[in-house]
Amino acid sequence: MKLDSMYQDIILDHYKHPHGRGLRDGDAEVHHVNPTCGDEITLRVKLDGNVLADVSYEGQGCSISQASASVLNDLLVGKELGEAQQIQEAFLELMQSKGQMEGDEEVLEDAIAFAGVSKYPARVKCALLSWMAWKDATAQALAGAPVKESA
Amino acid sequence: MIPTSRTLDVDAIRKDFPVLSRILPNGKPLVYLDNAATSQKPRQVLDALTAYYELHNANVHRGVHTLAEEATALYEGARDAVASFINAPSRDEVVFTKNASESLNLVANMLGWAEEPYKVDADSEIVITEMEHHSNIVPWQLLAQRTGAKLKWFGLTDDGRLDLSHIDEIITEKTKVVSFVLVSNILGTVNPVEAIVRRAQDVGALVVIDASQAAPHMVLDVQALEADFVAFTGHKMLAPTGIGVLWGRQELLEDLPPFLGGGEMIETVSMQSSTYAPAPHKFEAGTPPIAQAVGLGAAIEYLNGVGMDAIWAHEHRITEYALQRLQEVPDLRIIGPTTAEDRAAAISFTLGDIHPHDVGQVLDEQGIAVRVGHHCARPVCLRYGIPATTRASFYLYSTEAEVDALIDGLHHVRAFFG
Ligand SMILES: Cc1ncc(COP(=O)(O)O)c(C=O)c1O
Repeated sequence: MKLDSMYQDIILDHYKHPHGRGLRDGDAEVHHVNPTCGDEITLRVKLDGNVLADVSYEGQGCSISQASASVLNDLLVGKELGEAQQIQEAFLELMQSKGQMEGDEEVLEDAIAFAGVSKYPARVKCALLSWMAWKDATAQALAGAPVKESA
Repeated sequence: MIPTSRTLDVDAIRKDFPVLSRILPNGKPLVYLDNAATSQKPRQVLDALTAYYELHNANVHRGVHTLAEEATALYEGARDAVASFINAPSRDEVVFTKNASESLNLVANMLGWAEEPYKVDADSEIVITEMEHHSNIVPWQLLAQRTGAKLKWFGLTDDGRLDLSHIDEIITEKTKVVSFVLVSNILGTVNPVEAIVRRAQDVGALVVIDASQAAPHMVLDVQALEADFVAFTGHKMLAPTGIGVLWGRQELLEDLPPFLGGGEMIETVSMQSSTYAPAPHKFEAGTPPIAQAVGLGAAIEYLNGVGMDAIWAHEHRITEYALQRLQEVPDLRIIGPTTAEDRAAAISFTLGDIHPHDVGQVLDEQGIAVRVGHHCARPVCLRYGIPATTRASFYLYSTEAEVDALIDGLHHVRAFFG
């Protein structure tokens, strides 16, 4: 059934038991909303030099947006920024593939479960909400970083 | 003899709507419960559109040839149809716009540019309600920001009705305009017009009514409402998209300034200045949505043929049944009045912790079309502390079997996310 291709068990697991949820210390904080449906996320990024020390978040939204934030936390925390960016780009490409890609499990791990979501244009934004927030927060943290180093 | 109330022959009505017999790509028959967003269109309206383009297409009010005269007659005929549908004292009080949003923006702009006594300025107050569609919030926010006027609003009670307990403090001598929704698109509430109009008239404020969710479903009588302006939108009442209506009292339409300038709305033009055509043309700059107006005329003819009383009665029955059945679903919370009194056929609800997106997705898999989100009424969601709702909304072609399908679907949703 088509529904199962969207709501993979991995997604439902992340939704019911989110990883890394809750707001913790960070270098930058952003608040993103999906204006068409009201999904919201507040997300903080903590950098340790070139390494993404933490991504913490709080939000409300559907299973897809919440599970996606949980997967993001799993995948990106502890990675070097360059690698994290590559993962983000791979995820973005997968979500924009309209069901045409399966995703590289080596890079995306659990996130390949979202391949099915890419067939539903209305839900792609849900899946991308936290990833766009992360990109924005990271840019802000980096922009703020020199100030901190010189302090 | 006691007259028997007319009941609808829903089976026959459904046959007039081609899309209602559609089988979706997943093999499921369509159960269309998103009528508050837009209605489906009967064959009669589609035929009127085709006939207009195949036989009569021309620009209006500006040609002497046969087609131009036919197109003008059809377009102006639609205005007559609207005028009698809403019991307007004069056809010249019916302004065609592209939708309700444009109608409401038009009023806000008329008042922003008006002279005294209508002028909205820094000493003025504008009153709306917390249950407005964004289309009846944002134009007034813009007007308030541009003029320095103060925006005030009525709050809501826990059971989804307007809280009028402080009406005398909210509508005051400073109030220039009160704009409110007759039927809420998210809560389904039918608002008590009379109490608000009384108070507005006492202080000399203009009354604007957003009848977008009323015109499709009930008898709309602008004289009985005693409002100054009434706005609604064609696509929710069987007509095509791209056509809306602003009804306004004649003396106001004469006194208030135009907003958009262009062809059709003028009397004479020189390089220095222009004089304007009388209302309604003063407010219809440029080539209007001609075919869409003709479609609206055909939609009104269809609705009149069925009877607005009969439509209201049918939807009332469906609403009662749906409210009762929905409340049998565990963890389901209705956002809005839980009984069918003073209530229309849009029903919003939450289902435990399951997000409305997920509810809507699983229902879609079963062929059931509902709307999920904040329904362009985000303040209502904030008021009730919820991120969004699922909304089922019914119309003249809705059936009890469709309500049953919805209930089965919701049980399936619970099982899926349980
Ligand atoms: C109560 C209400 N007002 C205004 C509107 C706006 O209608 P439109 O989008 O056609 O301008 C809607 C429709 O969504 C509505 O339900």
